[in-house]
Amino acid sequence: MSAGSFYQRDRRWHPPALSPAYKTSVTRSPQRALVALDNTLSEMTGPVFGQETLGPLDDDMIRNFAKDGDPIGPRIIVHGRVLDEDARPVPGALIEVWQANAGGRYRHKKETYLAPLDPNFGGCGRTLSAEDGSYRFRTIMPGPYPWPNGPNDWRPAHIHFSIFGHGFAQRLITQMYFEGDPLIWKCPIVSTIPDRAAIERLIAPLDLANTVPMDARAYKFDIVLRGRRSTLFENRMEGN
Amino acid sequence: MVQSLDRLKESPSQTAGPYVHIGCTPNVCGIEGVFPRDLGAMMLQPETRGERIRIIGRVFDGVGIALKDALVEVWQADADGLYPSPQETRGKADPHFTGFGRSAGDMTSGEFTFDTIKPGAVPFKNSRPQAPHITLWIVARGINIGLHTRLYFGDEETANAADPILSRIEHRSRVPTLIAPRAMEDGRPTYRHDIVLQGEKETIFFDI
Repeated sequence: MSAGSFYQRDRRWHPPALSPAYKTSVTRSPQRALVALDNTLSEMTGPVFGQETLGPLDDDMIRNFAKDGDPIGPRIIVHGRVLDEDARPVPGALIEVWQANAGGRYRHKKETYLAPLDPNFGGCGRTLSAEDGSYRFRTIMPGPYPWPNGPNDWRPAHIHFSIFGHGFAQRLITQMYFEGDPLIWKCPIVSTIPDRAAIERLIAPLDLANTVPMDARAYKFDIVLRGRRSTLFENRMEGN
Repeated sequence: MVQSLDRLKESPSQTAGPYVHIGCTPNVCGIEGVFPRDLGAMMLQPETRGERIRIIGRVFDGVGIALKDALVEVWQADADGLYPSPQETRGKADPHFTGFGRSAGDMTSGEFTFDTIKPGAVPFKNSRPQAPHITLWIVARGINIGLHTRLYFGDEETANAADPILSRIEHRSRVPTLIAPRAMEDGRPTYRHDIVLQGEKETIFFDI
């Protein structure tokens, strides 16, 4: 397996730290330049989690918090593959997801939105990608939700994704959006990403081929992590 | 036109948002019974080799207010400087140490705590040693892409002075933002390490 340093991040493709329309970024963005750090073992290695980390319902948010029935809302399957930039599958990637319920309400102590909690919905799940990089969750489609940024800002329906690849340098948190949601193009958090093509990479299309008739619609969301060079130790550079 | 490199683009980052704890530390935010325990909540087992230490700190924004919704992750080598990772080729790391920790911070003070061991030295590319260090990754509402930084140890002056990363930082006055002083607290070696996202004492963050 390849195990070298990672391809550098394209920081013009990712959102910049400072994006004033997303107000909280104004005081939480570093002002000094990042210091470039060639990957060392500390960045090339990373924690790896096994199946023993997971419980049988971890990837099923329809059931993993259910008390006396199924949660209310559109039943969906979210599936896709974890690949690297060379389109190679990334097996064993831990994917953690979290989301609001069908009404846009998060189950969190600090959340005060007036839409009610769903007694049968927790909103967290996790899974490991298979040998071919594939993964799959079952959940309820989250609702849009208002937030105190502009006076009338609403997040599009979204699912948060946290992904561990094989090296700590691949660590990534992002958000998945749903095809056709008109709120996507009005959202200051989405718009922190400068390139429309990059935004489109976070929009999951409806996938009728994987939809289970009379049960759950499917959305397909592929995740791309940084690719890596194939040697662990590089030649000694002059002067190093 | 030239030929295509035929490579995919990395999925763009988005903020972890204020409710990152639902997915990453659900037990801390009151979602109990889904996962038996939060990932990275316990780094140590009784058998883990090495000196027990505690790391305590807070994350401050540009107006000096401590974040109460940050999530901090750490990744470190074992006491012998070996990473508990399949990518580790130099030997077998301590089987009783995961090297990974995650802290949501205290919901009122924002203080994060890691009970861990002091890592051994890890080699740089040309097998020259790096000073002992812990990698930190910080995400929160308002942070669009996770911030990578390192914690070095205040009682490793000689190793820090020879460290290939620290010694190449041009702005010498900023180097102390990466070094945590050692003190004894509650009978345990403790390193206090605050992260400053912005401003006068801004922590050094790396593009790795």
